[in-house]
Formats: sequence, C-alpha cells, structure tokens
Amino acid sequence: MIRAGLLALALLAAVPAGAVQPDEVLSDPVLESRARELSKGLRCLVCRNESIDESHADLARDLRLLLRERLVAGDSDDEAMTFIVDRYGEYVLLTPTTGGSNLILWIAGPAMLGAGGLIAALYLRRRGRGDGPGAEALTEDESRRLDEILDR
Amino acid sequence: MIVELGHFALVLAFAVALIQSVVPLIGAHRRWGAWMAVAEPAATTQLLLIGFSFAALTYAFVTSDFSLRLVVQNSHTLKPLIYKISGVWGNHEGSLLLWVLILALYGACVAWFGGNLPPTLRARVLAVQGMIGVAFLAFLLFTSNPFLRLAVPPMNGQDLNPLLQDPGLAFHPPFLYLGYVGLSMAFSFAVAALIEGRVDAAWGRWVRPWTLAAWIFLTIGIALGSWWAYYELGWGGFWFWDPVENASFMPWLIAAALLHSAIVVEKREALKSWTILLAILAFGFVLIGTFIVRSGIITSVHAFANDPERGKFILMILGLFMGGALTLYALRASAMEAKGVFAPVSRESALVANNLLLAVSAFVVFVGTVWPLVAELVFDRKLSVGPPFFNMAFTPFVVALAVLLPLGSVLPWKRGDLSRAAQPLAGVLVLSMALGALAWTLQTQRSILGPVGLVLAAWVVLGALADLWQRAGRGPLASRLGRLTRLPRSDWGKVTSHIGFGVTVFAVAAVTAWKTEDIRVVQIGETYPLGPYSVLLADVREVPGPNYMATQAELVLQRGGQEVATLRPEKRMYPVARMPTTEAGIDHSLLRDVYLVIGDEQAAGGWAVRSYIEPFVNFIWIGCFLMAIGGGLSLSDRRFRVAAGARRAAPGAVAAE
Repeated sequence: MIRAGLLALALLAAVPAGAVQPDEVLSDPVLESRARELSKGLRCLVCRNESIDESHADLARDLRLLLRERLVAGDSDDEAMTFIVDRYGEYVLLTPTTGGSNLILWIAGPAMLGAGGLIAALYLRRRGRGDGPGAEALTEDESRRLDEILDR
Repeated sequence: MIVELGHFALVLAFAVALIQSVVPLIGAHRRWGAWMAVAEPAATTQLLLIGFSFAALTYAFVTSDFSLRLVVQNSHTLKPLIYKISGVWGNHEGSLLLWVLILALYGACVAWFGGNLPPTLRARVLAVQGMIGVAFLAFLLFTSNPFLRLAVPPMNGQDLNPLLQDPGLAFHPPFLYLGYVGLSMAFSFAVAALIEGRVDAAWGRWVRPWTLAAWIFLTIGIALGSWWAYYELGWGGFWFWDPVENASFMPWLIAAALLHSAIVVEKREALKSWTILLAILAFGFVLIGTFIVRSGIITSVHAFANDPERGKFILMILGLFMGGALTLYALRASAMEAKGVFAPVSRESALVANNLLLAVSAFVVFVGTVWPLVAELVFDRKLSVGPPFFNMAFTPFVVALAVLLPLGSVLPWKRGDLSRAAQPLAGVLVLSMALGALAWTLQTQRSILGPVGLVLAAWVVLGALADLWQRAGRGPLASRLGRLTRLPRSDWGKVTSHIGFGVTVFAVAAVTAWKTEDIRVVQIGETYPLGPYSVLLADVREVPGPNYMATQAELVLQRGGQEVATLRPEKRMYPVARMPTTEAGIDHSLLRDVYLVIGDEQAAGGWAVRSYIEPFVNFIWIGCFLMAIGGGLSLSDRRFRVAAGARRAAPGAVAAE
C-alpha cells in the first residue's frame, strides 16, 4: 500500500493540474449533473484518498470519461456504478457497501449510541434517586480536612 | 558545532526526562518532599535543553547547512526566509522535535504555575508528563534523529514540498501540536489523580484550563488547515475527511466532550470516572492520530514521513500509555464516587447527552478511519471509506447536538422543569423556523440542506443570545445591561463558543447547498457569465517567482458593467521539487467568495477556467475563531485567575530551583 502511495505521488507530480476538464463535460446538463454526483463517490485509484471528481490524475480522467460513456449509452446510475465496480473492484467505491462485514462499519455508530444511551439512562436514574454509596457522607479524609478548616 | 551541541542537548533532555519521571513519583509515594521537589527544576531544565536543541536545528535551516541530511531534504538556498524557518517543522523529524518542545513547555508551565496544586499531585503530574517526554524523546533519538550529518554535503538542497510553502500551512502545525500536546496535560492530570485515588471539584477546576487551552489551539489549528485546503488545493473544498484530518478531528471532539464533563465535576462532583476516562481517551486519540500520520499505514493525501519502523515504535508508545492508564483506571475508577444528586431533567443530564453525542461521533469517525485497514487485515477486502460515508454517518450527530444545545444550556443545575426553562426559547424557535421557511421559498429546486442548516444555526445562535439575556435578570433595560457586563467571563465564553458552533454549522450547510460551479474553455479577451457576474479573461502570461515559474491569468470580475475585482490565479511549477501547485484567485467578501482557477492551455486554443461562487464560506472559519475566542474568554474567567493568584502567596516551591 505504501509503495503504491509513493508511485501515486510520482504520477501526480507528472500530471498538470485540472480536475474535470471542459472537454469532458456532457452537453446534456441532466446527464452531466448525474455524472458529477456519481464521480464524487468514486475513488481515484492512483491518488491518495481523492475522488475522481477532484483528482488531476490521468487515470481519474479516464474513469470520468468511462462513466460518462456509460451514462450516455443509457445506463442507470446503479448500472453504471456496477459496471465500474466490476472492473476496478470494491476499492473504487468511496461509500462502502452495506454487504457482509461492512455491516459492522454501518452499525457501529448507532449501536454505540444505543449502548451509551442505555448506560447514560441507567446512570441518570441512579443519580436521580440519589442512592449509591458516598452520595452525601463525607470520607474520612474530608472530615479531617473539615476539622482542620473549622479549627476543631 | 552548534548542531552537535543541539544533538547533545537533546540527549541530555532525555536523561533529565528519565529523572523527572521516576524521582518525583517515588517522592510522592513516600512523602519525601525533597524528592518531589526534583520535578520542578527537572521540567524547567528539560524545556531549556529541548529549546536549545530546537534553536540549533532552526539555525542550521536558516544558514542552509547542507551537511545536515534533514536540511538537504527540506530546504533550498533560494527559499524565502519564512519558509526556511517553517521548514524546520515541515518534515517528520523536525515536527517531532517541535512536538517534544511543546511537551516540555506544558510541563514547565505546570512547574511554574502549579503552585496551588497539592505537592503530591503536582509531583505526580510532572512525573507522568516526564514519562511521555521519555517516550517521545526516545522515539526522536532512536528512529528519527534530526541531527544526522552527511559525509559529502551537496551544493544545494532538494527544497521543501511546495504545498507547504504557504503562510497558512507554516503556522498550521505549531497550533495543532499545541493542541495535541496540551491534551497530554489532561492525561497526566487524570493518571496522577488515579494514582492519588482522589478526584474532586478542585481537580475538575485544575484540569479544565489545560483542556481548554489545548482545545482552543486545536480549533485554530484545524481551522487553519481547512482554510489552507480551501484556497490552495484549487477546487474550493474545505474538509475532505482525510485520515490525517480525522486524526486531528477525533481529539478535538473528545476534548470538547471533556471540557463539558469537567464542568460537571467542578460544579457538581458527578461524572468523575467518566471525565477521567475521557481525559485518557483524548490523549489516546492523539497517539492514534500520530500513529496514522507517521506510519503511513492508511493512505492519505498528506504525503508525510511514511516509515513502518516508526509506526511500530508509536504503536508501542500507544500500547504502553493506554494499556497502563486504562489498567490503572480499571483498578481505581470504582473508588471515585459521585456526590451530586440530580434529576433526569437538569443541566447535568444535558451535559451527559452532549458527552454521549460527542464521544459517539468521535467513535464513528474512528471506525470509518480505520475500517479500510481492519477490512483488509481481517476480512481480506480492499475497500475505501470516503467522504460520502462520513457525511452520512457524522451529520446526524451534529444535528442532534445543535437541537439539544439551546435547551440544555438554559436548564438549571440539579433539577429543572423543561417547559419552564424552554419558555424564553419559544420565540427563538419560531424565528428560526421562519428564517428556514424564507430560505426555502427563496431557493429554487435545491436540496433541503440549506434551509435545514439555517434553522439549526439560527436556533443555536439565537438560543445562546436568549440564554444570555435570561441571565441578565429582570427589570429595566439599563440594569439588565449593567448585569450583563458583570456576568462571569465563562458565561460570555460559553455564549460566544456556542454562537461560533452555530455559525460554522450554517456556513457548512450553506456552502454545500448553494455553491455554484462553472467549468469551460475561455479564449483570451472572451467574457463569460457566472451567476450575477461576468468574467473577462484579459491575459495569460508567464511570471517568474523566487523558486518557481508561474503561469498567471488575469481575470476581471464584473457586475452590471462595473469592475468588482481583478483576480490573478496561478499555476506554479517548482523545478527543484518538480511539483506543480495551483494558486486560486479569490475575491473574498463576507457573503460570498468568487473563486477562480486557471487550468491548462487547450490544443484548440483558449484556456480551461474553473469558477466557483462559494456563498458564506468565510463564516466557516469565522465560526471556528468565535469558538476559539469563547474558549479564551472562558480561560480568563476569574476562578482560574484567582487560582493563579494563590500561587504567588506560596512561593516556597519555586525556591528549590
């Protein structure tokens, strides 16, 4: 992964600047805006964590053109994405699928919120009743300190 | 010679840190005053030694001493002086030296200003701080020595990464490190309190200023980084959910949670063990972030010092400190009984909700950041987790926080009545909704995001103002205003920070929803429309810079025939580093930025030009700075200054130096 990263950097350095080029833009604004939305969810494979919509790399340009080709050919959004994922692998998706082990990724947040919420609710109930040891009584240290302060 | 002295000072600092981490700890355990008193001079000495070492490295950079490997790799004689200096921390080794310098600075601050702490606690805090120093100095000396010489010095250096040659980025790392390392103070206080076996309101009061300071610096550091990304990377984005950005964002979220829970410890002596845990975790996230950034294990746009060996070392530090602290926590946390009793509807409960949301949102960011790694190692799946995931998973937490914030901040401590407390907020709610509806009707065919952002932001901002007005009490206007000026600064800090949060939420929603983009080929002399403006490409020419060549366009921004601004976006080529960068031409104003980027010359003639109108984008950073200013106001509150005054009354501790 690290070597790939270095290679990517070298490639990046060689290409001139410019993400979406004017000659790529489709004449149909509806298709173009669909293409832009989809590109934001596709990773530029040779870059470091950039979508093909933002990337300057040649490979990102190729992917953008490929995506637009599919859309012009009449593919739906899903069909076009499936077409690209079939060829470039899951790695190309910036929004991970919800299938298989990825379920853990998607569930982790809500599950943690639920568990945390439950613990917090139990804690609040206990605090509200004011039971639990040490709620009011002073510890030995504290009584001694109190005595010191009051000069007894 | 100076370089060797700097290296030697660093080794000495390592020895001093070793002493600082052992002797005071034993002293505190046995109640030997003399042993405990070692901590303060040790902390000061450590700062002086590392400071000298840092100065020596800076000297080598400024004088372009190319016998030093680090200078060769990151500097060049033609580079402007400011970037020669910022080049010191624009690389792995130098930035780590800055890291330990700031660590020593915080340690010394406890030694100087910690006179009001109980002697055993102070000794233990400094000892823990010393241990962190030992770990990072060892890391620096054994894996990333900045003082390595070259046998055959070259004639000139390889130049600093051009992206880093920018005023915004020159000051981004120091602020971030001030923030990261500041959280080590919260950690040291937490561990020291666990060793002491005692957490009380006073502890809450001591730990809060350090956390507050760290959080302020982190806020500024992150804002600077995001601002830099906005104007430098050339497509007007401001946050990319890059692993390295997340590495700074997670500690920020946890620190924000810690700030709020420390208030509960201070005012109500509840949530103690949770606050300790947060303090440990905050530093844990700092270490995890360091690991992510320095090991290069997760691909990120930040091309920065990728070395698996270093990664292992940091993982060891992480394991040692987190393992140790969490074990100690497991052993001692049960001894920390809460004292305050409060009802489910109260300020305390609201702060618990705040903590829950902030902590879980940090957890979500964490899971998303490491998931590609876990998926590859455990499930053998090579996948990406990108901005769409984070936007989807993180935004609900921001929305929930914004909804709860005004309600929580008007609730009284201990026991509250929701309907009574919320009464002054009814007007705020109606007004926010009206504003949202207005935005909804004004915009055509766009996402719901803009209006929703506006409603939330207005609710938070107006809610904070209503809260402030409530606090002014009753009676005629003059007496209310008078009372406002006499409110504690922490109240003003709270209101300012919350307004800042609301402002940032609004700006992020607004710029995401209402941004205009235009990409086209433009001939020289041609004018094209851009929203309410028209833009004329007047000229494109080559302009030489000190250590680069630039292709500079001259674009005239007009509105209704009147010239608004002339913008000169550039494409730069740094020949030594062989890297291109883009400099956008931006016309800043409060309500919108016009952001123009010059692209390539087209084969058929003309130039590719990208134009954006970014509405309200500057409010993102204005909001961040309001948050930081609020933190500063809170930090200057009387109760912390009074504590500082108590130190002067007890000068005994300083005499040991």
